[in-house]
Amino acid sequence: MNGSPTEVALDERHAAAPRRGTPMFVRTALLVLRKDFAIEIKTLEIVMTTLFFAVACVLVFSFAFVREGQAPPDAAPAILWIAVAFSGTLALGRTFERERHAETLRALLLAPSPRPALYVGKLLGMIVLLALDEVILVPLIAFLFASPMFDRPLFLAAFLATGTIGFAAVGTLFAAMLMRSRTRDVLLPILLYPVTVPVIICGVRGTAALLESPADLPTATMWLSILFAMDVVFLTLALWTFEPLMNE
Amino acid sequence: MRGSQPDVGTFDFNAVDVNEVSRHFGRRRALSNVSLTLRSGDIVGLLGPNGAGKSTLISLLATLAAPTSGEVRYGGHLAKDAGAALRDRIGLLAHELYLYPELSARQNLDFFARIYGVDAATAVPAALERASLADRADDDVQGFSRGMRQRLALERALLHRPRLVLFDEPFTGLDDAAVSLVSRRLIALAAEGAIVVVATHDLDIADGLVTRVALVRGGRLLADEPAATGLRSRYRSAIGAA
Amino acid sequence: MRKLFTPLAIVTALVFVTTPFLIANAPYESTMLLIQKIFYYHVPSWVAMYCGLAVCAVGSIVYLFKGSRVADRYAVSAAELVLLFGANGLISGPLWARKAWGVWWQWDPRLTISLLLWLIFGGYLMVRKYGGPGSEKLAAAVGIFGAAVSPFLYVSVNIWRTIHPKTSVVPDIVANPQGMAAPLLISMLAFVLLFLLLLNLRVRLAERQDALDELYLAHED
Repeated sequence: MNGSPTEVALDERHAAAPRRGTPMFVRTALLVLRKDFAIEIKTLEIVMTTLFFAVACVLVFSFAFVREGQAPPDAAPAILWIAVAFSGTLALGRTFERERHAETLRALLLAPSPRPALYVGKLLGMIVLLALDEVILVPLIAFLFASPMFDRPLFLAAFLATGTIGFAAVGTLFAAMLMRSRTRDVLLPILLYPVTVPVIICGVRGTAALLESPADLPTATMWLSILFAMDVVFLTLALWTFEPLMNE
Repeated sequence: MRGSQPDVGTFDFNAVDVNEVSRHFGRRRALSNVSLTLRSGDIVGLLGPNGAGKSTLISLLATLAAPTSGEVRYGGHLAKDAGAALRDRIGLLAHELYLYPELSARQNLDFFARIYGVDAATAVPAALERASLADRADDDVQGFSRGMRQRLALERALLHRPRLVLFDEPFTGLDDAAVSLVSRRLIALAAEGAIVVVATHDLDIADGLVTRVALVRGGRLLADEPAATGLRSRYRSAIGAA
Repeated sequence: MRKLFTPLAIVTALVFVTTPFLIANAPYESTMLLIQKIFYYHVPSWVAMYCGLAVCAVGSIVYLFKGSRVADRYAVSAAELVLLFGANGLISGPLWARKAWGVWWQWDPRLTISLLLWLIFGGYLMVRKYGGPGSEKLAAAVGIFGAAVSPFLYVSVNIWRTIHPKTSVVPDIVANPQGMAAPLLISMLAFVLLFLLLLNLRVRLAERQDALDELYLAHED
């Protein structure tokens, strides 16, 4: 070949820059989480807007359901889970819009890290965000509806944790895969809501069972175990399908 | 199969073979039976009008997309056999720049350095120096001009000292000083043994920079030959653009 | 595929012709009399729908992980049939409910689950149609998740309903067969055969479409 230097053997200078060990699955996921945290901490844009939206949601539903100062029974858990689902969907869209803006997700996919680790990093960020929402929503709803949400705090936390993980697991996968779609904004809720209906059912009915007086613990436990099984299935499927879905 | 993938950091190559590669989306053919060989030390100009398939070929070379037929081999290995270790040897810079605007220059470089397992403490300051951004290191990227972002994006893409360097239209919107900076960097990389591929429709810039020309139009490879002077006149008719 | 069509069509036609006689001769159910016989049309619709769900899920998995175009053709065809037979069930169900119990919709678990699955696979087709290039893979993910969620749908919707029982309850026909088993099974067979027939046709249509795309591509060369 004319004009090119003689083929260079595996050149020491190019073989590797100074390295500190290979990024593993956990390291990558945590790096992504830390990066999202660093972005969010500067403006708190997604946190604040999601929170305000969730509160607005609660109020809209309250005005729809409350009559003569009384909400129908089981309105409190229903409104809680709907607000989480709706604000979660918005947050998912916003989070992945950040990765789409300068196509940074492409750069991440190009990195030598295992692709599912990117998914896990995004998922963790989503869970933290929704948890922050719930920290505000639960007292608000308890206040507005005189609902004994804090009688069994650990149980309630377990419901919120498993339900949020289930919803976020599917949502993160769908939001990531729809990133290159022109119609991603409307397709995400269309796909996400029907698939996460069991999460909503279990969350609402389980929370409602907890709020009864006396609390119906066996029923609540049953709903919780279904939620847990769903989390396992959804997470496994998402980790399994993430990589093939991300190939262009 | 997964167990036999090489560990990251142990894999390298000095030639890339593109073998009868095609890629189509439904009825639209993006690439059609493209074959070429890229060697260490080459600066390959991937020239052609918009929509010719240059970006698609770059995506394929970067392993982000798979060909519908044909194969790409890196030192004889397929992308799926080499896995993550191969991605470690590839650097990509496209028009979108792959930078987080909300983060500072330092934070961007730091994040990507760590993702690639590169020692951030040494690599990041060096990269900032090379990009002439050491004094703006802690400013958010969204406040940077296009030229500054380009310099930063260039360093980000090269943090891990890749073997295969893929640049897709890197000169868009740059002034002359920036263009010559990028060109000098590419020449230095090739001298160090990298395989450099630059996709561009700007023949003037390519002239004098590239050592080989791969001419693409309508998804087809029209020519693959060593570069000579006068690229514009030689290829203007082939490309059909001004 | 083409060779299977004619024998399949003949068998399907034969079964469909004989089934109404079996249904007419089946004994009346005690409370609903003639109206109950919509059951022989309604329940097999669900059976065909779930066949479609299974084919779509398997096709989606094979397409997503192996890139098999054949699998993708089966997946999209099956998804359309899920909507077709699902719509069948979702129309015949309320018609039955209205005549039998005076109410169009009473959140019957089976109807509710089918409505949700209908929405999920409707989403599958929406993604393919409106998702832009490369949306076949995205739809495959929807198909896989849709199938994975269906057992959870089944469990959660059933418990959701039975914990708050309504006054009118769907009669449990399985408990008292009384000569209804045979016509039911034959009806199910009829619908499954119809499903296979339509699947065959639709997959061949998809094959023709892909072949046309190949011709366009070849023409450019």
